[in-house]
Amino acid sequence: MTFQQPKINTSPHVSDEVRKTTCYMCACRCGINVHMKDGKVAYIEGNRDHPVNQGVLCAKGSAGIMQVNAPSRLRKPLKRVGERGSGEFQEIEWDEALQIATDWLAPIRKDDPSKLAFFTGRDQSQSFTSFFAQNFGTPNYAAHGGFCSVNMAAAGIYTMGGAFWEFGQPDWDHTKLFMLFGVAEDHDSNPIKMGIGKIKARGARVIGVNPIRTGYNAVADDWVGITPGTDGLFILSLVHCLMKAGKIDVNYLAQFTNAPCLINGDEKSPEHGLLLRDDDGKELVIDRATGKLTPFDQKGVKPDLTATHRHAGISHRTVMQHMAERYLSNEYAPEAVADRVGISAKRIRTLAAEIARVAFEEAFELDQEWTDFRGETHKTMQGRPVSFHSMRGISAHANGFQTCRALHVLQILLGTVEVPGGFRFKPPYPKPATAHPKPHSGTTPDKPLDGPHLGFVHGPDDLALKEDGTPARIDKAFSWENPMSAHGLMHMVISNAYAGDPYKIDTLFMYMANMSWNSSMNTRGVIDMLTDKDENGDYVIPRLIYSDAYSSEMVAYADLVLPDTTYLERHDCISLLDRPICEADAAADAIRWPVIEPDRDVRGFQSVLCELGAKLGLPGFTNEDGSQKYADYGDYIVNHERKPGIGPLAGFRGDGNDTGRGDVNPDQLDRYIENGGFFVEHIPDEALYYKPWNSAYQDWAVGMGLFDSPQPYLFTLYVEPMRRFQLAAEGHGDRQPPDHLRERIKATMDPLPIWYDPSPDNHGDQYPITALTQRPMAMYHSWGSQNAWLRQLHGHNPLYLPTKLMRENGLSDGDWAKVTSPHGEITVPVLEMAALNENTVWTWNAIGKRKGAWALDENAPEATKGFLLNHLIHELLPPKGDGLRWANSDPITGQAAWFDLKVRIEKAPVPAESQPAMGPIKSPVGKGPKQLAWKVGK
Amino acid sequence: MTTLPQSTDRKLGLVIDLDTCVGCHACVISCKGWNTENYGAPLSDTDAYGADPSGTFLNRVHSFEVQPEQGEAQLIHFPKSCLHCEDAPCVTVCPTGASYKRVEDGIVLVNESDCIGCGLCAWACPYGAREMDQVERVMKKCTLCVDRIYNENLPEEDREPACVRTCPAGARHFGDFADPESNVSKLTAERGGMDLMPEQGTKPVNKYLPPRPKDTLSEGAGDIDILAPYLEPVAQEATGFLGWLDKTLEKL
Repeated sequence: MTFQQPKINTSPHVSDEVRKTTCYMCACRCGINVHMKDGKVAYIEGNRDHPVNQGVLCAKGSAGIMQVNAPSRLRKPLKRVGERGSGEFQEIEWDEALQIATDWLAPIRKDDPSKLAFFTGRDQSQSFTSFFAQNFGTPNYAAHGGFCSVNMAAAGIYTMGGAFWEFGQPDWDHTKLFMLFGVAEDHDSNPIKMGIGKIKARGARVIGVNPIRTGYNAVADDWVGITPGTDGLFILSLVHCLMKAGKIDVNYLAQFTNAPCLINGDEKSPEHGLLLRDDDGKELVIDRATGKLTPFDQKGVKPDLTATHRHAGISHRTVMQHMAERYLSNEYAPEAVADRVGISAKRIRTLAAEIARVAFEEAFELDQEWTDFRGETHKTMQGRPVSFHSMRGISAHANGFQTCRALHVLQILLGTVEVPGGFRFKPPYPKPATAHPKPHSGTTPDKPLDGPHLGFVHGPDDLALKEDGTPARIDKAFSWENPMSAHGLMHMVISNAYAGDPYKIDTLFMYMANMSWNSSMNTRGVIDMLTDKDENGDYVIPRLIYSDAYSSEMVAYADLVLPDTTYLERHDCISLLDRPICEADAAADAIRWPVIEPDRDVRGFQSVLCELGAKLGLPGFTNEDGSQKYADYGDYIVNHERKPGIGPLAGFRGDGNDTGRGDVNPDQLDRYIENGGFFVEHIPDEALYYKPWNSAYQDWAVGMGLFDSPQPYLFTLYVEPMRRFQLAAEGHGDRQPPDHLRERIKATMDPLPIWYDPSPDNHGDQYPITALTQRPMAMYHSWGSQNAWLRQLHGHNPLYLPTKLMRENGLSDGDWAKVTSPHGEITVPVLEMAALNENTVWTWNAIGKRKGAWALDENAPEATKGFLLNHLIHELLPPKGDGLRWANSDPITGQAAWFDLKVRIEKAPVPAESQPAMGPIKSPVGKGPKQLAWKVGK
Repeated sequence: MTTLPQSTDRKLGLVIDLDTCVGCHACVISCKGWNTENYGAPLSDTDAYGADPSGTFLNRVHSFEVQPEQGEAQLIHFPKSCLHCEDAPCVTVCPTGASYKRVEDGIVLVNESDCIGCGLCAWACPYGAREMDQVERVMKKCTLCVDRIYNENLPEEDREPACVRTCPAGARHFGDFADPESNVSKLTAERGGMDLMPEQGTKPVNKYLPPRPKDTLSEGAGDIDILAPYLEPVAQEATGFLGWLDKTLEKL
């Protein structure tokens, strides 16, 4: 019988309309095309014109449709009617919700604004939420950076004026060696994948340094399965090898870094270890041409890297000399570090040699003239095609800041930052620490705060301390315990508020922060702190307001719940005032806009703050007649001005043709929507590289409103502010640290990168195995692991054990193990993985869910087999016997040291479910449907 | 029993680069989204928020650990969907003619209105590339986005399968293997593109590019000492190093 092929329609109707907005399934902020049918979301794909993702889209992005229809979406404001944690709520109207919030917050503001702690989690509107907090007058504001990657960000800003991800990216088109440290997946998820694809397509090399060979390490050409927490030592050994072989960019170091700057060598001087400066505070160098002392930035100056200089009877030697003495020492020789880092000396040398080969043998020049800040014109742009990327893996250790510093210093020694083939900044970066605000914590009843909360300290004078020397902030950010805590310490807020240390608060107000579950160390303890009552029967933390779009684990612990919209139902701006979507070649920002209207009684959180701010009479939120200034967040985005002519969005200002600076344009949002939801302004060719020192770039940045005047600067291999804290600890100056912190400050705040071992503080001798987490690519930085499609990819999370530990403990796949840390124990299913450091175990983070949360069935595998490592991690280190509370954080920035977790493992009888099993919480939204067959255009 | 065409005018299919696939599942979910809304019945999910969620997917990514004889274990991500075989056993086994291979481009499709949900084709497919939709009770499989690649309602640049359009790493390529000058034919030739399980005699159209050799900078990976000259010391300690620095600066 001859088969008659059916005729099919190969050109079916695709959609009625495509609405272009910005994804919010994670922090990557890709452009998306939302295909609409009958007014409903039919399909989501990447926007080809968008600078971030150029058309591609990850699993999360495509699964956005299941986020917008998720049964876990909150429906209406909720007032708690049962005990905290019971999940007993009453649905209320918005008027009542806003009145409750106002009645709680207005008296606080009148008496003592610091009684409000306002912390936002995966917030992408920090320039707005901080504006609210600043207007309210509380010093207690931050987002989630303190428990994420502040070490990387702060180390980068202090060292070179920016770090990775939002600050910069590898030069994907020219790099020939790309080295990743501790990254299986990252915030910049699609750009990294696109970049690795480009590198692979031209056969260039990718090296992955990671205890676990997953994600990007799986496709890396070479995998270095390092011992967790030793990256800094490994990097400094690479530095040792490269310096010893002279494989450093001497010209770059002399011209663009503080390597030639002169350090005071008089141990008795109150300025010992500080840099020699002129009366204007400008760093001085010895000019090789004249042999004279001169400010670094003068025309024709050739800074000398090896000079010594006697000034006022004090010997000064260059930063470079100090670095040579430290890093040429055999202390950093591969043979000396090999055992600790778990990489053979020969392999360390091979890796260093390959870096040297590519940086210097494969160096190239781009035929592009440019002029530096000294007025010298260079005929070409020198390229060094080695690039690096790193984020949380090396950040989330107690030695993370110094490790991140070491990596930035390595890049600078190679001369590969802001050059072709290397690492490139994205506007508004580069921006050195000196160009950022300092932290502000000055409170006055009934008045705004005296300045922005977060910033960069340059010495003890900039700490956020009260007159009695105690921390001004509830999270103790910018205190002697962690002086450079540029992103705050969200992970300490609840435990400090509960302990009343440094003081008690009245209302805790949080947004998108799952603190009673996966976003806290010591989950059980945090739940107890949220529910514990004092002798009067009142909650120790008296009031808790929470905003979220979904029925997360945190909702049950709130007294008042303000339901947020999903990302397709709201206005947002991805602003140059905040964390924009720029690329190395261009400045860019973007919006979200309501491509659908909510079908529930919910409101965008930022719009709620516009109304709440007005009800509280906050000056930034009210007109002179006391009326509400911004009708909603969209209105704020268009009409707010930080400085005259500079607002949240840089594009289509004035009559629609002004960029960066310009009057308010009432049609601005429409222009963004017409343009695909974003705006891009390209950087001129002569300004594309060498940005910190490139006059053309500096002028362009001023024109865009990124700076008010050109701000060329030197990269700081030697970070002088750290030395100022050491000086205080040595007894110099009026502002003195508490005695118990002196030795730690002296030891850790070294102005040149060092490495120290965090494992003794975590009882590494008794708990010899490191336990880590990763998030899977399909859920990284996502608020949607309950997503109907994504949960089929990762619905539960075994603990992966290396072959050696499986054999030693008599374990087979499917067995269960008890995992014990100095703080607690869990019992969980195990699975063998060979491509894993032999003393490391790991699992996927945030798969485990509390029963009753996220509209999942109570028997969902996320709740029965899934688990959190958080139960094993405490916000404080195990007691040292000195009677003091030592935070499980980096002593410099306060970054949560998640990855210092040390454990023991033993085989366990199979329990009914993962332990500890916590009781269910009552769902405020019911349960999801049994079955989905989602076709909107039927 | 359904007959296969003697030959097809074109051989459309995919090249999947196993050296580059990072295992992110972007292709899996993009496919799920497009094919839920488009060709035939939606790809359903049963027990979607429950204890045993199970949905229909036309494309899945499997991850395998590989332990080479020498050196470190490796992790390979392996995306798998219908390979649109030239000798497709799923077609010849179909009792109703619902499964067929298109004569113009070689795409293997299921005509859902003729599918009785018997499942013989899924048994016959050695790759496990077909899935029975548990709600609609029809057989679902990769259509190579036949409703995208010719779709005049889409911009020309978007007329490619959803999985290819979305792949962030650029590990998926779409084209005509009958044309030796096509991107997919050239990539297959350059990179040693392979058939999946050729011993099955199915003559798959889709090709896989194998992972490149790994860990060439590790001990035991051959002659890595050729790199040693790059670390030839300029000095043993700080004083000598500063002398070298001086000389180097002098030359600039």
